[in-house]
Amino acid sequence: MSVEPPPPPEPNRRDTALRILLPIVVLALVVLAWELAVRLTNTPAYQVPGPGLVFSTLISDWPILGASLIATLTTTFEALGLAVLGGVALAIMFSQSRLVEYSLYPYAVILQVTPVVAIAPLLLIYLPQAAAVLACAWIVAFFPVLANTTLGLASVDRNLIDLFALFGASRGQVLLHLRLPAALPSMLTGIRIAGGLSLIGAVVAEIAAGSAGAGSGLAYRIAESGYRLMIPRMFAALLLLSLAGIAIFFLLSLLSHLVLRRWHESALSAER
Amino acid sequence: MSAAAPVVRLQNVGKAFASVIALDRFDFAVREREFVSLLGPSGCGKSTALRLIAGLAAPTRGAIEWRDGRKPERGALGFVFQEPTLMPWTTVSGNVQLPLKLSGIERAVAAERVGAALAGVGLAEFADAYPRELSGGMKMRVSIARALATTPQLLLMDEPFAALDEITRFRLANDLLRLWQELGKTVVFVTHSVFESVFLSNRIVVMTPRPGRVFAEIPIDAPYPREESFRTSPEYAAFCRRVSQALATAMAEDGA
Repeated sequence: MSVEPPPPPEPNRRDTALRILLPIVVLALVVLAWELAVRLTNTPAYQVPGPGLVFSTLISDWPILGASLIATLTTTFEALGLAVLGGVALAIMFSQSRLVEYSLYPYAVILQVTPVVAIAPLLLIYLPQAAAVLACAWIVAFFPVLANTTLGLASVDRNLIDLFALFGASRGQVLLHLRLPAALPSMLTGIRIAGGLSLIGAVVAEIAAGSAGAGSGLAYRIAESGYRLMIPRMFAALLLLSLAGIAIFFLLSLLSHLVLRRWHESALSAER
Repeated sequence: MSAAAPVVRLQNVGKAFASVIALDRFDFAVREREFVSLLGPSGCGKSTALRLIAGLAAPTRGAIEWRDGRKPERGALGFVFQEPTLMPWTTVSGNVQLPLKLSGIERAVAAERVGAALAGVGLAEFADAYPRELSGGMKMRVSIARALATTPQLLLMDEPFAALDEITRFRLANDLLRLWQELGKTVVFVTHSVFESVFLSNRIVVMTPRPGRVFAEIPIDAPYPREESFRTSPEYAAFCRRVSQALATAMAEDGA
């Protein structure tokens, strides 16, 4: 049979350039307008600092802010790591035993729907501060991993399941060679959502904790600067948080793309 | 055991699902090295019959008797679904290798068999491609290669070409016949196409609408190898007419 592989899709370079360029142009315009507005109206820095001042504060306060950034990021990634471990492990248990799923799933949902801000103060009473912050971040992050992985493990091609049965595959083989790979795309979606949520969880918990210490994170800096009317530092810390969120999102998207690029439709359309 | 004994015999088999009876008093025997087609309208239980033979479902009543007295071991049956049913996350060779990997066959031996199976369906150079890079016909070839990888004696095919265009279907049919002859397999082929079944089979079992029963058995006595020219021969046309009439009568008898 003479069959040629289809040609690789030609990426639309102009479209890609626009997608990167346009948000940058918008950013530049907003920053410019902000700076102008602050200068023209003579707004004092303790009300609204201009972007220039925020940036110079970011640099001058870097020893404090940088350490806080690392503290918050550490919490976020620890929580994300534990959320992935816990979520995937629980999802696998659910997929292997309906009894386990029936018994535990409602409580996973309850944990998810109870606002973490309301749980944080209690956790702070019972746990050391660092552990409480980590626990808060974990609580918000683990559910999307659990829910998406559970969905992925359950949505396997019926014919493939029949095929595995026909070949006499054991439960372990079905899990390892069929269910887990099939669940990978939704699992990665869950992890991507969890990345953003664990940052939010960490921030919420830091604000609820509200006490200073060597390991205090960015959210604590924001609260603290607020009390002291150090508005430029609040903005600088907020900027860092936002950048951290963006970085986490891109990192996890990249991970997802790298894992799926050879076979999954989502990665395929991203290439085009 | 005599050589004439059927490989497998379904005796008075019935299969009921929650609300429908798919098969009723179904008698059917598969003989060694034959190419037999189960032909009938959709919903007549022909796929169900195939799943019963494969052991993917159990009959509600009746018996399935194997020549050796017991169900074949894993790997002794090949099954091809209507969809290619490939795992998208692994390559063509990864897919073909699956049944060998599941039964714990040594890697080197497996690689050799995968290579042979892929060469058999003309896809040797696509071993490292992913399923999404292949056309529908090529995916079906991979699916056939996977079914052949364990060198099964009996190959069960459930409308494998139904989703393909006619030209691809003709090519695959030609190649399937060639493989069947070269490898000396026994094939049970489920289809709703009169023309496909006449071209391929040496025996056609026409089924009634639900609940499925055997209405007629029509031998197709044309010699093999059947070349492309067979499709346009008067002999082929005559067989098609006979089978079509049988199918029409089967449909009418049940008032469907």
